[in-house]
Amino acid sequence: MNPDLYLVLAAILFTVGLVGFIIRRNALILFMSTELMLNAANLVLVSSSWVQGKLDGQVAAFFVMVVAAAEVVVGLSLIVTIFRARRSTSVDSESLLKG
Amino acid sequence: MLTLETLVPTVASGSFVWAWLLIALPLGSAALLLVAGKAANAWGHWLAVLAPLASFALALVYFIDLLGRPTAERSVRDQVYSWITTGGWDFSLALQLDPLSLLFLLLVTGVGSLIHIYSLGYMAHDPNRRRFFAYLNLFIAAMLILVLADDYLVLFVGWEGVGLASYLLISFWQERPSAAAAGKKAFIVNRVGDLGLLLAIFTCLAMFGSTKFTVVNAGVGQVSSGWAAFLGFMLLLAACGKSAQVPLQTWLLDAMEGPTPVSALIHAATMVTAGVYLVVRSGAVYAQAPSAQLAVAIVGTVTLLVGAWIGCAKDDIKKVLAGSTMSQIGYMMLAAGIGPAGYAFAIFHLLTHGFFKANMFLGAGSIMHATDGDVDMRHYGGLAKVMRITFVTFAAGYLAIIGLPFFSGAYSKDHIIEAAWEQQPVLGALALLGAGVTAFYMTRLMLMTFFGHKRWREGVKPHESPAVMWGPLVLLALGSAGLGMVLNGWIGRWLEPIGAEAPAHASWLPDFSNWLSFAVLGVVAVGVVIAWLVFGRRPVPDQPPQQVSPLTTIGRHDLYVDQAYVSGIAGGTYALGNGLARFDDRGLDKAVDGLGLGAQGAGWLARRWQNGYVRSYGLTMLIGLLAVGVVLILTQLV
Amino acid sequence: MIELLPLLSGQAVTFWICAVIAIVGAVGVVASSKPVYSALCLALVMVALAAIYASLQADFLFAVQIIVYTGAVLMLFLFVIMLVGVSSRDHLAETLKGHRVAAIVAAVALVALLALATGNALTDQPVGLDAIEADGYLQALAQLIFQRYVIAFEATAALLITAAVAAMVLAHPKRLRPKPGQAALMGERLAAYAASGRHPGPLPASGVTAQHNSLATPALLPDGAVALQSVSATVASRMPPASPDELIGPLAATLAAMNQPAALPPGPSSTASPPGESGEPPDTLDETEIVTPDSPAEAEAVTPDSPDEAETVMDTPDGAEAVTADESASGAEAVNSADSTDEADTKDEADTTDKADTKGEAGTKTPVADPAAGEGGQP
Repeated sequence: MNPDLYLVLAAILFTVGLVGFIIRRNALILFMSTELMLNAANLVLVSSSWVQGKLDGQVAAFFVMVVAAAEVVVGLSLIVTIFRARRSTSVDSESLLKG
Repeated sequence: MLTLETLVPTVASGSFVWAWLLIALPLGSAALLLVAGKAANAWGHWLAVLAPLASFALALVYFIDLLGRPTAERSVRDQVYSWITTGGWDFSLALQLDPLSLLFLLLVTGVGSLIHIYSLGYMAHDPNRRRFFAYLNLFIAAMLILVLADDYLVLFVGWEGVGLASYLLISFWQERPSAAAAGKKAFIVNRVGDLGLLLAIFTCLAMFGSTKFTVVNAGVGQVSSGWAAFLGFMLLLAACGKSAQVPLQTWLLDAMEGPTPVSALIHAATMVTAGVYLVVRSGAVYAQAPSAQLAVAIVGTVTLLVGAWIGCAKDDIKKVLAGSTMSQIGYMMLAAGIGPAGYAFAIFHLLTHGFFKANMFLGAGSIMHATDGDVDMRHYGGLAKVMRITFVTFAAGYLAIIGLPFFSGAYSKDHIIEAAWEQQPVLGALALLGAGVTAFYMTRLMLMTFFGHKRWREGVKPHESPAVMWGPLVLLALGSAGLGMVLNGWIGRWLEPIGAEAPAHASWLPDFSNWLSFAVLGVVAVGVVIAWLVFGRRPVPDQPPQQVSPLTTIGRHDLYVDQAYVSGIAGGTYALGNGLARFDDRGLDKAVDGLGLGAQGAGWLARRWQNGYVRSYGLTMLIGLLAVGVVLILTQLV
Repeated sequence: MIELLPLLSGQAVTFWICAVIAIVGAVGVVASSKPVYSALCLALVMVALAAIYASLQADFLFAVQIIVYTGAVLMLFLFVIMLVGVSSRDHLAETLKGHRVAAIVAAVALVALLALATGNALTDQPVGLDAIEADGYLQALAQLIFQRYVIAFEATAALLITAAVAAMVLAHPKRLRPKPGQAALMGERLAAYAASGRHPGPLPASGVTAQHNSLATPALLPDGAVALQSVSATVASRMPPASPDELIGPLAATLAAMNQPAALPPGPSSTASPPGESGEPPDTLDETEIVTPDSPAEAEAVTPDSPDEAETVMDTPDGAEAVTADESASGAEAVNSADSTDEADTKDEADTTDKADTKGEAGTKTPVADPAAGEGGQP
């Protein structure tokens, strides 16, 4: 089993997440895309852990999950707040915040 | 060759250590009057009169002291304090009392005191009397600094001080726009002359490292003649400004807007002679610069004619006297410009002129006092009967200025004409002509004012002035009449130490050994007769006639110099300013605006990236990531 | 690893299956127009990844991925999706000109770059985690987390706390106006009373009786009328018009039975007799007025001997309840107190009833009138 395949899968997932982040307007989808990218990174960490025979990669992935959870909590509450104020979750409507 | 500083100044001792009081008394009085404000309204003018009197008394003491000394010791230097010491330069405030400055000292304090006393009456009802006397004292102090300085820089302090006092006093009645404008005009025109003095000071500093008279006089022989000439011309420019010589004469006529005592003190007797003083003081410089010296003589000659010309054309009594002042100072400059032979005559004439011109100005003030401030001679006439004292004293001044033998002007002016004739016959001839014209316009003034039928305005009841006014007039008239006789045999020797040549003729009797004396008398007689023919025989028109010769028209307009300055210099300045403003508006501003617009445009372009869409920013980040990755890989490949 | 085929390990099989699922799910996340679908697709991706983690000998992460990510985080997503509207549908049309094309091109370039960069990154033969697993996988992991990375672990704890507080702060709606106090509320009530006559006090409680221990049973007013406000408006609208007889009947029967010293077992038949005795319609309280004085034991209870009790009676806002009280002692007391004052208060009661009738709000007025009557009857 060629370990590079995991990296390629991670690259594809990451890119798909990135594309989603760039082309979608719904803030929720944007967050999901971010989660997708984080998962791709986790995949790289876990597969590297397997390849290297060390557990540090898994610990790193664990921390990534924790941070992702925190990020989701804050991000979603932000979305709720924005939705409450604007009745919309479209990030494009926040372009009014530009200078 | 004689230089001015053949005397080595001795260090002040004895009573001379109090010389600083000469200046401090009027200066302190002026400061007190200005600072005390209304509190000094009641007694301020008395204090102001006492200050120059005290200075005069002190000056007399010093004069007698010096008189009793041997000739070689008649110069005292009193170091007051060290003013500026920087690098190689050392300026100290020191007073120099030598024969020349003592004569000025006596003139300034003596005539000044008389005019102060006269002002007690003249300004009795002016609401700002205290301020007036404070300014007068300030002027006395500044003038004393000017004449007592032993250093061009200290002299410059006094020079500017008298300029300031002159400005303040010309525009004393500042509620009149004409007075305010005249003050500004005097100040600005004087600045031109001050520029010359400043340049001279800078030159001295650059060439000699000091501005002391002694150092400059000693050093001027060592520098190239070009520099000496430059120095001479710059000093001449300064003298022209202060002494109202062509081409900077225009301010003096307007300066008559000031109160008449001011005109008498500042613009006739003392301040305007500062230029003559400067030229005489700088005799060593002119000795090294014949071209500058010749220029001084030419300027003097031109001015004496111009002043006389203007004096012939004016109807305003004070302006006639002002033109006469210009003319007489022109004589002095001519004398100063013919070298050491003329210095003594310049100073001599300066002294006599100080008396008889102050006398006549104060007389004019007395007349104005009697006619409710009217200055138009066509509104006078027949005043001789109602103002006896004024008439007699004025007549003394008149006889002095036209040069009647035994009167003071005769001695001094004859000397100048003679000296000029010997040195520069052309200038001498013109000076002779000037004497005739002087006789003409002064006679005209006398006839129009004191004789003929009454042309008084309605409600004007001329009367004699109070004693406080005619008292000084009498003293000045005595001086006008007798000073020439007294000084004629003495002043040449007195001034010899400062480089003046003693005149050949030095007795109290008029000199009729020379045909030129008769010529002068003849010319004067012609002038008087013509004036009588024109103004004495026929009634004087109430309105100035319009059908007059072009000469009169030009004279009435001050030779159109003002217009020339306005259209030439002022117009050019305005044009330059407008051009600069336009350049600023259309060039610089547009360039700056262009910079701003460029930045704005660039910002507008850059702003389009900042569209506020998070997704766009994400795409930008992605592109940046790609760029970084590509760079990393390429560097790995290399 | 189980060798399914000579060339194909279980790990490889897992990878290929899960990779396809993950990619399809990822595309689904991005391409779905409904956020719910996206969330479910993300769950799919995560589960697939969890399986891959398992095949990579990351048992702990496998569990965490399922429990924390798929279970908690994604459910949070779903909550928010439900909150903002589950039926909303995104418009997938691109509004920024050239944005999508540029994004796709850049993405392709990124994949190419990553493939180029990582294609040859891991050339070593994988070591595998067999050795660690032999020594105890969880022990090794715990050692790493709680020893080497303990500071980072603590930091994440702080991060999570902060995130929780932040979420509360952010999600908590702001109070737009100050909370009204008791005084303000009372003022409002009285203002409404002054304006429209709306009763400022609480509504009467329902008349739960022995027969009907249901909140749908309306209370009875002192004059025997039905207080409809004592039940929910919904119930009142659906309820057949209840007759007071129907409601008071059982109680009256019970009381009559209790008042008959001979007949111990109170029967339903005895309930009919008291109305007959009084000679008045049995549906009024006059029934009880007659009944109560008969029993000396009751008389004690009827006349409260202490003012405190009278106070208690007066304080009891639920006059209707007291009136229709069942066999409980307090109820009887209240009823009797009303009885004892009956003669004196007949006029008052009539007034009250009139007023109540005219206003059509008998139920609300009665509680005010009744305690007043009780007090007035207290000598």
